[in-house]
Amino acid sequence: MPVNWRVQFVGLIFILLATAMTARVVFLHIIDRDFLQGQGDARTNRIEKVHAHRGMMMDRKGRPLAISTPVVSIWVDPRQLDLQPATLAAIAGALGISAVDLNNKLEQSNSRKFISLLRRIPPAQAEPIMGLGIRGIYFEREYQRFYPAGEVAAHVVGFTDIKDKGQEGLELSFDQWLQGKPGEKKVVKNLYGEVVRDIKPIREAVAGKSLTLTIDLRLQYLAYRELKSAVNFYQAESGSVIILDVETGAILSLVNQPSYNPNNRKGLQLGHVRNRAITDVFEPGSTVKPFTVAVALESGDYQITSTIDTNPGFIRVGGKTIPDPRNLGVIDLGSVIAKSSQVGITKLALSLNEYDIWNMFSAVGYGQSLESGFPGESSGYLPNRRRWRDIERATFAYGYGLQVTPLQLAASYQVIASGGIKNDISMVRSEVGRGQRVISATTAANLKHMLVRVVTEGTGKRAAIDEYSVAGKTGTVRKVGKNGYEDTHHLAFFAGMAPAERPRLVGVVLINDPKGEQYGGGAIAAPLFSRIMSEALRLLSVPPRQYNEAA
Amino acid sequence: MSQDFVRQLSGASSLSKRFGGRSVFHIDIQLLCLLVLIVSYGLLVLYSAVGQRMEPVIAQTTKIGVAFVVMIVMAQISPVVYLRFAPWLFLMGIVFLVLVIFFGITVNGSQRWLRIPGVFSFQPSEIMKLVVPMILAWYFHDRHLPPRLKHLFWAAVMIAMPAILIGIQPDLGTAIIIAASGMLVLFLAGISWRYVVVVLGGVLASLPALWFLMRDYQRQRVLMLLDPESDPLGAGWNIIQSKTAIGSGGLSGKGLFQGTQSHLDFLPESQTDFIIAVLAEELGLIGVVVLLILYVLLMGRGVIIAVQAQDTFGRLLTGAITFTFFVYVFVNIAMVSGILPVVGVPLPLVSYGGTSILTIFAGFGIIMSVHTHRRITL
Repeated sequence: MPVNWRVQFVGLIFILLATAMTARVVFLHIIDRDFLQGQGDARTNRIEKVHAHRGMMMDRKGRPLAISTPVVSIWVDPRQLDLQPATLAAIAGALGISAVDLNNKLEQSNSRKFISLLRRIPPAQAEPIMGLGIRGIYFEREYQRFYPAGEVAAHVVGFTDIKDKGQEGLELSFDQWLQGKPGEKKVVKNLYGEVVRDIKPIREAVAGKSLTLTIDLRLQYLAYRELKSAVNFYQAESGSVIILDVETGAILSLVNQPSYNPNNRKGLQLGHVRNRAITDVFEPGSTVKPFTVAVALESGDYQITSTIDTNPGFIRVGGKTIPDPRNLGVIDLGSVIAKSSQVGITKLALSLNEYDIWNMFSAVGYGQSLESGFPGESSGYLPNRRRWRDIERATFAYGYGLQVTPLQLAASYQVIASGGIKNDISMVRSEVGRGQRVISATTAANLKHMLVRVVTEGTGKRAAIDEYSVAGKTGTVRKVGKNGYEDTHHLAFFAGMAPAERPRLVGVVLINDPKGEQYGGGAIAAPLFSRIMSEALRLLSVPPRQYNEAA
Repeated sequence: MSQDFVRQLSGASSLSKRFGGRSVFHIDIQLLCLLVLIVSYGLLVLYSAVGQRMEPVIAQTTKIGVAFVVMIVMAQISPVVYLRFAPWLFLMGIVFLVLVIFFGITVNGSQRWLRIPGVFSFQPSEIMKLVVPMILAWYFHDRHLPPRLKHLFWAAVMIAMPAILIGIQPDLGTAIIIAASGMLVLFLAGISWRYVVVVLGGVLASLPALWFLMRDYQRQRVLMLLDPESDPLGAGWNIIQSKTAIGSGGLSGKGLFQGTQSHLDFLPESQTDFIIAVLAEELGLIGVVVLLILYVLLMGRGVIIAVQAQDTFGRLLTGAITFTFFVYVFVNIAMVSGILPVVGVPLPLVSYGGTSILTIFAGFGIIMSVHTHRRITL
C-alpha cells in the first residue's frame, strides 16, 4: 500500500529532524556550556560597592564635629516606571508631594534614564517608598556627612564632596585616616538592575578611624559668637580669633569671619571657605615689639630698668621721619612696650646686632611652617637680607616688612607665656612633644611683666579682665593699598595671655579693616580679647585672681 | 443523510462496544496518557516560568480542561461525519478568513482575530490548521491514487486559498505550516516523485521571492539567525538570551525554580514561545530530552494510528495532523535554539495560551475518532 509506505517515510524524516534538534540542544548544553554559562553569569552577577563609614571628628571632649549618617537617595528610570494613576498616587503620597506635580516632573524628562526624586533622606523616610515595591524606582544607600557645629567649626573641620572625599580643612588633610575602605559584594541583578539577592561579600567595608581634635567646642562657640558680632559691628572685612593652650600648644579655638555653613554649600563663596587664621598673612606691626625687646635683654646690654630717650617724640632715619603719637620723653623698656613707642624701638633696634632681631623672629616661628597639618598653611614671609639699611632695621623691629599668619603670631606669644619654651602647635590630639627653649626664662618673665603693663597702664587697657590679670600687646597696622601704606585701612591686633601670673591661654584677635572712628588694636581688638578670654577662663575653671591672692 | 452514512455510524458504535469491551467512550488510552504526561510536565515548567504563581497555572489548567472536553467530544464523532462536513467546514473557514480582512481585530500589527460581539473571539487560521488537511483528505479519499495532474491543481487551490488569506494578515508562520500540512497530505496521497521534486524545487526557487515579500522585521529575524551578535540589544536579543539560558543549564540544570535568566527577566517570552529555554536552564539537557521523548512517543502513536487506518480519509487526516503537530514542535525548538528564525510559534501543549491548545486537542480528538471507529476486520 503506497500510502502506508509514505507515512513511514515521512515518519522517518521526522525522526531525523528530532535527532537534529536533540543534537542542537546537546551542543548548546554540553559543548557551548561554559561559554553560555559565563554569558549567563555576566548578565546577572554583578559586583556592587558597599560604602564605608567615614570616621567621626570630635572635639577634645568627644563632642561631634563631623558625623556620617546613613541616608537613602531615590531615583527613577521613567522608561521602566508604570505610570498608572494608582502607582503615581502611591509614590506621590510617600514622597509627600501631589500626584500632579510628580507626573509633571516625570513627563518633563521622560526621555532620560535617570531622574532624581529625593536625595539623601533618612532611611526611615525612605522606607514607605521602598515598601511599595514599584519597578523603576531605585534606592542608593550611602552616607551623608553632617557637621553639627555648622559654620562655627567650618574652617577647622572643612568638608567632603559628594563622593565622601575630603575637600577642605582637616577633612582633606586627614582624608586617608578618616576614610574607610569601601567593600564589595557579589549580587544577582535582574534585567532592570534591581538586586534580587546577595550572593556573598567579597570584601567587607572597613570603617574609617575617628579623629579627636584639640578644639574645645565651648571655646569655639564662644570665640565665634564674639568675633561675628564684632566683625558685624565694625563692618570689618574679616576677622580671626585663635586660642592656644599654653602647656601643650594645642589649638583650643580657631575661628574666622566670614564663615560658611558646611551642611549647605549652595552659593558658596570661595573667600568664605578660606581659613584666614592659617592661610592669610599680615604685617604684624607693634605686636612683634616684645621680641625686639627680648633681643635687647638677651644681648646683656640692656636691663629691664634701662631707659631710652625718645625726645623729641620723633626720629629721622635715612631721610624718613618715624613719629610717636606724642613726646614720651625718657622711658624704660617696659614703657616702650606699654606705650608702643616707635622711637624707642627704633633706637633700640639700631643699637643691636643687625642679624639678632631676624634670628629672634625666626626662632619664635615667623617665616617657618608651623606644620599644623592644615591644608594651605602659609609660612609667612621673613626677609633675610645680607645688608640691612637703617630704615629697614627700624621698621622690621616694629613689625613692618615681614608677614605672619595670625596662628604664627599666637605661637610666638605662646613662647612668652610658657617661659621661653616653644611648643609645637597642634590641632589634633596627640602626645605632647617636648618644647624647645628659644628665650631664657628670665627674659620671658620680664617680657610678661612688660606686657602686663600694656594692659594696666598702656595701650591695651581695654583688654583687662576683672577677675584675671592679662598680659598682651596691641597692634595697629596700616594696610598696604595701591599707593603704599594707607591711612584709612587698618589691621587691629591684640595678642596676649591670661592669667598673667601663670598663663593658661594665649589668644590672638585680628580685626581686618574696621570701619568707623576707631580702628586701633587697643580700641577694637583688646575689648574683644577681654570678652572672649574672661568667658573662656571661666569655662575652663581657671581660678580667679582673688583666689590666687588669698592663697 | 445517506444510507451509507447511517450504516457506518451505527456499525461504528456497536463495534466500539465490542472492541475490547473497555469503554463505551471512543478514546485512545495511549494518546490520552501521553497527552496528560506532556501537559502536566508543561504546567510544572509554566509554574516556574511565571515565578511560582498559581493564578496563571490555574488559568492554563482551565483552558486545558476545556480543550480536553473538546477532544473527548470530537473523539466521539465518527470520521464519517468529518468526511461529510469537510467541504462545508472548509467553506466556512474561508468565509471567516475573508471576514477577518474586513472586521478582524488588529493585535500587534497583525489582523488575525474575529470577534463575535458579546460571545467570544477566535482565530480562523487556527481552525484552518485542521480543516486544510481535512479537505485534502476528503478530496483524495475516493479518487484514484496516485492523483492526476488535474486533481493536483484543485488540491493546490485548496491549499493556496487559506494560505494566502492567512499570509496577508500577516501570519507568515501559520501560512507556511498550513501549506506544509496540505502538501504533506498530497505526498501521503502518493503523488509521483516527479511532482515532489518539482514542488520542492519550486519552494527552493521561490525563497528569494519570499525574501522580497517579507516585511522588514521578518527579514531582520532571518538576518539575526545568521549573526545574532550584530544587534545584541535589539533584534538579536531574544535569540542570544534563549541560547544563553539553554546553555547555562548544562546536563542536569540549575534545579527547578533556580533559573536566573528566565526569572530575572533576561529571557523574553519565557512563558510562551521561549518556555523550553526555562525548562533547559532549570532541568538541563535531561529535562529537554525527557520532553522530546514524550513528543516522539506521541508522534509515534499518531503514525501507528495512521498506518492502521482503514480508509484513505482517516490515514491522510491522521498523518497530516500528527506531522503538523510535530512541525510545530520542531519549529519552536529550532527557533529557540537558534536554527530557524524567530517566527512566533508556541511549543505545543507547553506554552502558555489557549488557542493553540484547543486546536491541538481537537486534532488529537479527530485522531482518536479515526482509531476508535475502525471496523474490526482482522
